[in-house]
Amino acid sequence: MGFSSATKIIGPALVKVAGVRLTIKAVDLWMRRLRFSVFNLVRQALAHNSGWPEQWRSPEPKACYDAIIVGAGGHGLATAYYMAKEHGLTNVAVLEKGWLGGGNTGRNTTILRSNYLWEESEAIYEHSLKLWEGLSQDLNYNVMYSPRGVMMLAHNTHDAQVSKRHVHANRLAGIDNEWLTPDEAKAFCPILNISKDIRYPIVGAALQRRGGTARHDAVAWGYARAASARGVDIVQNCEVTGIRRGANGAVTGVDTSRGFVGAKKIGVVAAGHTSVVMAMAGVRMPLESYPLQALVSEPVKPMMPCVVMSNTIHAYMSQSDKGELVIGAGTDAYTSYSQTGGLHIATHTLEAICELFPAVRRLRMLRNWGGIVDVTPDRSPIIGKTPVPGLFVNCGWGTGGFKATPGSGHVFAHTVATGEPHPIAAPFTLDRFRTGRLIDEAAAAAVAH
Amino acid sequence: MLLIRCPYCAMERPEVEFRHAGHAHIARDTGGDDRAWAEVLYLRDNPKGVVAERWRHVAGCARYFNCLRDTVSDRILKTYKAGEPMPDVAAPSAGASR
Repeated sequence: MGFSSATKIIGPALVKVAGVRLTIKAVDLWMRRLRFSVFNLVRQALAHNSGWPEQWRSPEPKACYDAIIVGAGGHGLATAYYMAKEHGLTNVAVLEKGWLGGGNTGRNTTILRSNYLWEESEAIYEHSLKLWEGLSQDLNYNVMYSPRGVMMLAHNTHDAQVSKRHVHANRLAGIDNEWLTPDEAKAFCPILNISKDIRYPIVGAALQRRGGTARHDAVAWGYARAASARGVDIVQNCEVTGIRRGANGAVTGVDTSRGFVGAKKIGVVAAGHTSVVMAMAGVRMPLESYPLQALVSEPVKPMMPCVVMSNTIHAYMSQSDKGELVIGAGTDAYTSYSQTGGLHIATHTLEAICELFPAVRRLRMLRNWGGIVDVTPDRSPIIGKTPVPGLFVNCGWGTGGFKATPGSGHVFAHTVATGEPHPIAAPFTLDRFRTGRLIDEAAAAAVAH
Repeated sequence: MLLIRCPYCAMERPEVEFRHAGHAHIARDTGGDDRAWAEVLYLRDNPKGVVAERWRHVAGCARYFNCLRDTVSDRILKTYKAGEPMPDVAAPSAGASR
């Protein structure tokens, strides 16, 4: 650490004095490997922050890789990172048609939790939550993981029964979740309106204290930086336009907007566009793509210490570190790739927000946007093999994929690297829609989360 | 919000009067094979382009009808009564084929 930092001072002098290309290259290499530490932060501050290197390389695609990941969102980048870190596969490319983290990774409401109903879901989301806890240290990049607590409101008897069932199921699985009275809920989130005369009064809440938020962009950037440092090529503005297959049916590579790239293994992690990419290999998917919206308000001083969600009246809110209130709305009724949702969907959510949090009624909304989410019939993801040899898919995270980013990448990396599903991913097969062994979180989990 | 023309009421009405009812023209006669039944129940083309879908005019005549819509622009190309064959319409926008 000290050595590479010292090079920052001596480096330019060496370049000037010696004028040797090799020295420039060596300095360049040290710069790239610059780690984030208190010492380096001070060093860079003294140098007016002019010496920070690029965070990841932007190479031209090679002719051939051991494996290609289609899609440089959080899940795709995490997959590539864990393939390099856990399985030693570094001859890997992540191909992205737009820019890194510009899809749903940059459009979600950053909520993390693991309080799902079924054991299969609990296993994968809890695996993910445990990885979140150490992620900043693992990546040497601050993903701003904030376990501030996720509180899910109940508004009627049915809600209360379902929530308590979740609490009991979670505690049996060793996952924290607790039931709060309305007064306890208000103590945890003081701006909450618990009066009994509102349209949907609050009768209680389920609280997962380890749940919270993380900074979505930082997650994409952190994984990209760490994967790139291990040799993974991240190629942006490179749209996959076709999947080529050999005489035996196995994949041989992909056609892209920047030419053919060969690979014996392809992992599709394309979220809302998964159906489109899989169709290139002739595979029909049990997916439908819907626009899902979010909004942020103008920034205000800290007023909300946690995440609050209400599935029944379809609203959820938290406050970002910039001070904006981040609000999630629902999906549109119809399938679409438009990345915009109907105004009446967002309005419906804001009506609920204004009732639950009267203090925010006069706030203005700064931005409203949509992302395209890929929804499965049972609202659980698909992680694993496909009927095409060498082709793997990780999709169907629907309205709640952000929280799963590390866990999803971790188990999918295993699946692609070894050719067999990770034990945690094993239940989430594509084949379950034929066998009927569904993991039905549709009624059990939040509609949007 | 979409403006949808109900072919029975012969009127353009706002989207909130309707319920979306999934893909249209799905043949449900499978002969009992698991794989074919999974196709009917779960597998979808989910196209980026023109989709044939069902809508129900719940706050109007309450009848089901079919609709061709471009999923990139959300523009509705044609609505037609249930049981009628799918109209032949050209791909509407350059974006639809991407």
